[in-house]
Amino acid sequence: MDRPIKNQSSKHIDMERHVRGTSLYVDDLPLLDGTLFAHVVQSPVAHGRIINMDFQPAMQVAGVKHVICARDIPGENQIGGIFPDEPLFAEGTVHFCGQPIALVVAESEAIARHAAAQVVLEIEELKAVVKPRDAFRAGSIIGKTRTFELGEPDRVWQDCSLIVEGQGDCGGQEHLYIETQGAYAIPGELGHVRIVSSTQGPTAVQRTAARVLKLPMHAIEVDVTRLGGGFGGKEDQATPWAVMAALAALLLKRPVKLVLHRLDDMAMTGKRHPYEFDYKIGLNEEHKILAYEVMFYQDAGAAADLSPAVLERTLFHFTNSYFVPNARATATSCRTHVTPHTAFRGFGGPQGMFAIEAAIEHAASQLHIPAYQIQQENLLSDGDMFPYGQVVGESRARDCLQRLKLKVSLPHVHTEIEAFNQENPFKKRGFALMPICFGISFTKTHMNQAGALVHVYQDGSVSVSTGAVEMGQGVSTKMAQVAADVFGLGLRTIKVESTNTTRIANTSPTAASASADLNGHALLLACGRVAARMLAVAAELTKSTMERVNLISGRVYVDDKTTELSFADLAQACYLQRINLSEHAHYATPGLNFDSSIERGHPFAYHVYGCALVTATVDILRGIYEIDRVQVVHDFGSSMNLNVDLGQTEGGIVQGLGWMTMEELVFDNEGKLRSNALSTYKVPDVYAAPKSIDVEFLGEPGSSAAIFRSKAVGEPPLMYGIGGYFAVRNAMGSYKRTDMPFSAPITPEKVMMGLRSTKASRSHASEAISESVTR
Amino acid sequence: MANIRFILNNQSVSTDLPSGSLALDFIRQTSKLSGTKIGCREGDCGACTVLVGTQNRDSIEYRVMTSCLLPLGRIHGSHVVTIEGINGEHLTPVQKAMVDQSASQCGFCTPGFVMSMTGYALEENKDQLSGLSAIDGNICRCTGYKSIERALLAVKDKLDACPNDSTRFDWLIEHRFIPDYFRDMPARLRALEKTDFDTEATLIMGGATDLNVQRPEEMMDTSIRFPAKPDGSDFTLEDGYLYVHAGMTAEQLKRSQVIGKYFPRLRDYMNLIASTPIRHMATLAGNFANASPIGDMTIMFLALGAEIELKQQNKSRWIALKDLFLSYKTLAKEPLEEIHRIRFREPTSEHKFHFEKVSKRTYLDIATVNSALYMQLEGTHIVACRVAAGGVAAIPLVLEKTSEFLTDKQLTTEVVINAATWAMAEVTPISDVRGSAEYKRQLVYQLVLAHFAELVPQEIDLGALV
Repeated sequence: MDRPIKNQSSKHIDMERHVRGTSLYVDDLPLLDGTLFAHVVQSPVAHGRIINMDFQPAMQVAGVKHVICARDIPGENQIGGIFPDEPLFAEGTVHFCGQPIALVVAESEAIARHAAAQVVLEIEELKAVVKPRDAFRAGSIIGKTRTFELGEPDRVWQDCSLIVEGQGDCGGQEHLYIETQGAYAIPGELGHVRIVSSTQGPTAVQRTAARVLKLPMHAIEVDVTRLGGGFGGKEDQATPWAVMAALAALLLKRPVKLVLHRLDDMAMTGKRHPYEFDYKIGLNEEHKILAYEVMFYQDAGAAADLSPAVLERTLFHFTNSYFVPNARATATSCRTHVTPHTAFRGFGGPQGMFAIEAAIEHAASQLHIPAYQIQQENLLSDGDMFPYGQVVGESRARDCLQRLKLKVSLPHVHTEIEAFNQENPFKKRGFALMPICFGISFTKTHMNQAGALVHVYQDGSVSVSTGAVEMGQGVSTKMAQVAADVFGLGLRTIKVESTNTTRIANTSPTAASASADLNGHALLLACGRVAARMLAVAAELTKSTMERVNLISGRVYVDDKTTELSFADLAQACYLQRINLSEHAHYATPGLNFDSSIERGHPFAYHVYGCALVTATVDILRGIYEIDRVQVVHDFGSSMNLNVDLGQTEGGIVQGLGWMTMEELVFDNEGKLRSNALSTYKVPDVYAAPKSIDVEFLGEPGSSAAIFRSKAVGEPPLMYGIGGYFAVRNAMGSYKRTDMPFSAPITPEKVMMGLRSTKASRSHASEAISESVTR
Repeated sequence: MANIRFILNNQSVSTDLPSGSLALDFIRQTSKLSGTKIGCREGDCGACTVLVGTQNRDSIEYRVMTSCLLPLGRIHGSHVVTIEGINGEHLTPVQKAMVDQSASQCGFCTPGFVMSMTGYALEENKDQLSGLSAIDGNICRCTGYKSIERALLAVKDKLDACPNDSTRFDWLIEHRFIPDYFRDMPARLRALEKTDFDTEATLIMGGATDLNVQRPEEMMDTSIRFPAKPDGSDFTLEDGYLYVHAGMTAEQLKRSQVIGKYFPRLRDYMNLIASTPIRHMATLAGNFANASPIGDMTIMFLALGAEIELKQQNKSRWIALKDLFLSYKTLAKEPLEEIHRIRFREPTSEHKFHFEKVSKRTYLDIATVNSALYMQLEGTHIVACRVAAGGVAAIPLVLEKTSEFLTDKQLTTEVVINAATWAMAEVTPISDVRGSAEYKRQLVYQLVLAHFAELVPQEIDLGALV
């Protein structure tokens, strides 16, 4: 479709329900009579051999129905998606603190919790490895070490006028969806189970439950109404809780609810992958990057989960928005004894980008120039090549920067900030430019498919189902817009159904920013076919031809003139004529390929670009800081929903800033999560958000693979947050030249110690933590 | 067993559940109202925010609170309002503003924000409440807050016309901020039987804003005595002492005109402490009795040289606040002694007070290190000085050596820097998730400098401090 979609300014369709508190989440569902409640027994140690598990004390608690463990599983005790390396319940050994060992099922949540605490575990503790480089040295890696390469970096170092190298790291990140993980499983006939799950991946839940319960997939129905936030945390890791609830429902023949308490959620679920990296970058006199080489050590945690795919996306984005003619990135997924890390908005891309931004900043500080002078010299242009062989087309990297420069002059900002810093002994300001480039498509080509089902009922109301899961990102609104557009109806006439595996099978998870594109295209096909059949009837009824009839504003139009015939009348007429008013359609993104044996191909349908300027002020006396302003020009294509897309951008920026500044994930040397609650793991609050976020829509139409040429928006804006790290760091630099390592997040502690000492501290998590939390 | 009565939205309820059980569970599980969400159960996310209305003379005072930390015994005799209690046929102006600004994405935190803004609308002296404080207790992980800020601004604009007295309820009903049934609430609350319960209970609870984070399960089954809360005007001046009711909440302290007169920047300090809903619950006595080494208000009152009155039945005694803390979470007080009143010498115009706090997140966070300084300054002569710091020892600490060093000194830049060095030397912080010992020691140094930079910037060479 080349014309813009209608309803561009519409609100999220759930908005009125949300503000009234009437939107239902898993924990809000009315419970069936006889519902039982489950609580997970967790490993108290990061690594150990299970000597004995005594469930009797728990079984004896009044109201306890069963304590389920590995031996109760009828099928495979296996939930690993990419590699089969993750049991549902630990058997023999435990590999991370918080690893599920058993499930207590009882008549109330309180009884289940209490009983779980009575379980006696005897575990012989083994040495825990908590740092990826330590795991790497010990040969504890997952999958293969992979290398992406372009040009001949080894040959061109000699041509560089400046080469810098160093090490850096960036921390993990809690998803902190405000709705914790949860599922409600209801047994049905024939030993079948229906699961209501807060998952981004209904099919993953279905497939895994089938495997564990030893049932065919059709015996498991998964239904998802909406999520109270996902951010990737419920892509793969909503599965265990859903499967446990289903297993309990199957064994006990009663409905079972399992909703995690926040502390348990934080203790048991994986987070964004922490990374460590070594970099080397070489520039010529004109500030062109001639060569860049980087080695990534990914902290995968105790199981593969999605780590290999996350690692791959780090490789796809290790040159960010720059053309680097000679580049090599090597990446290894390292197995440690912490929670299995998982998908998180950006999926490894942000970590890759942080590394090259660190390398550029390092080079800039050597040259005594602001980093933007290097960044702007190296932005991608059409015809350049990505390090995986895809040729750059429809690049908006330079357009976004140019537009940003129209809003704000970079040299002027630089001078203004220098003047401010001269005047203020206690406050120092800094800024950073953060261009982004993010590839859209699942990097596993086969996942780029989707299905949609549309019913037009005989009263003219419309129901649509797709494989996309609504988690706040507005995909249901975009789906409603697609159907409303095709049928010429208002959004309220369209009902977007829950995501259900019986209506849409074999779905890809709602992830990779691609769900609106994939499901939207499928829905467009389905609606288009129904609409075509309806238009044929309309032509007949109005005694005109197919070419002359149109569906507009709930009526049939002929030659741009309204008729007596409403959409509802037409639906009724179609029904009476025995016309099929339903359609299922399937879409597969064309033109995608990637050959991992040579690490070459065309994995992305298109790329999303943008550029941000981030300004921060550091309080030199207290070592604290504020993000003053984020100014962005972002490549939305022809945005199909301005409100949704702006919301995704603002939200992504603040989440990215949180990752880069205050959100510090702390595992101690024994592999215990110390930042285990909202009181110890701080996400941005309203005061921590930048005082101003100014988002400009670039407005150039997107690729035809983007639904209505409206580009994917979920993940890319998060990466503007990386600019926050460098803005704070640059502000520190104007107080005192800093050679502190590139270590994110840049917490108040790192700022203070960086300002005060010549050798700045690395994450204090790496030091021994002697005591528990004081409060 | 307890017999607790209150009004939940438009329904009178009575329950025999233990007084320590939580309002959130009563709302969701017993009353099947699912609009109040469970996000963290530690008062940090605000998804469970409700309004609690208590009778205040002929009107009702509504306060936002996080129902996850709110014991049922605390709402005995109150009007509790959840999102369902403000829903009507049309959206309220708060709900409408949220919709208009697209200030909701996944929707899970949204009812909490709506309740916080509605609580703000019901406040009497809105002009005294700063900028974003109306939503300082709510976390949103989706929007990045800018749309919510825009919604709040729109709500504030609408509220400009709202009268600033008890007639505001009529105005708010007329403008659909709250439903009609609120009109009858003063009479209904008066008519509510408020018999005492659990009078024999041996556990005395303040706001429980830390207790219910640390040990909620234990509290849920416990019967508890809740000392009456003061109405916020409980300050008396006697024999040169200022007396404060120890049951005063942090928010009452923040808003106190009397205290504010002596400490003009008190509101700024108090904004750094917890969040509005938590400040409505947390009490001074609770902050002291909790004995956290980083209790913010404890640190303030330590610097003031406060004394506390411990009362048990008819016996009462006064001890210095600093003598309350024996070792980590161990108090020099009998279990049944109630912290009843606080007193400190009335400050003169020569007295200067300042509070500093650094945490990972500036607002709504627990301090990494906090500090308060109180000094009597004649010209540039420090007559007396007391510095306290938290997060630097097993107990909230008076920095005795630093205080002694500063007492009877001529104020110079060198003295300030030496005092900071003294402070650094006399603390014994530990490394934990809030920061390394080395960092905390550095912070103590920095915060002593900050006290002087804030209080007497003209007397010292600021450039020499950094």
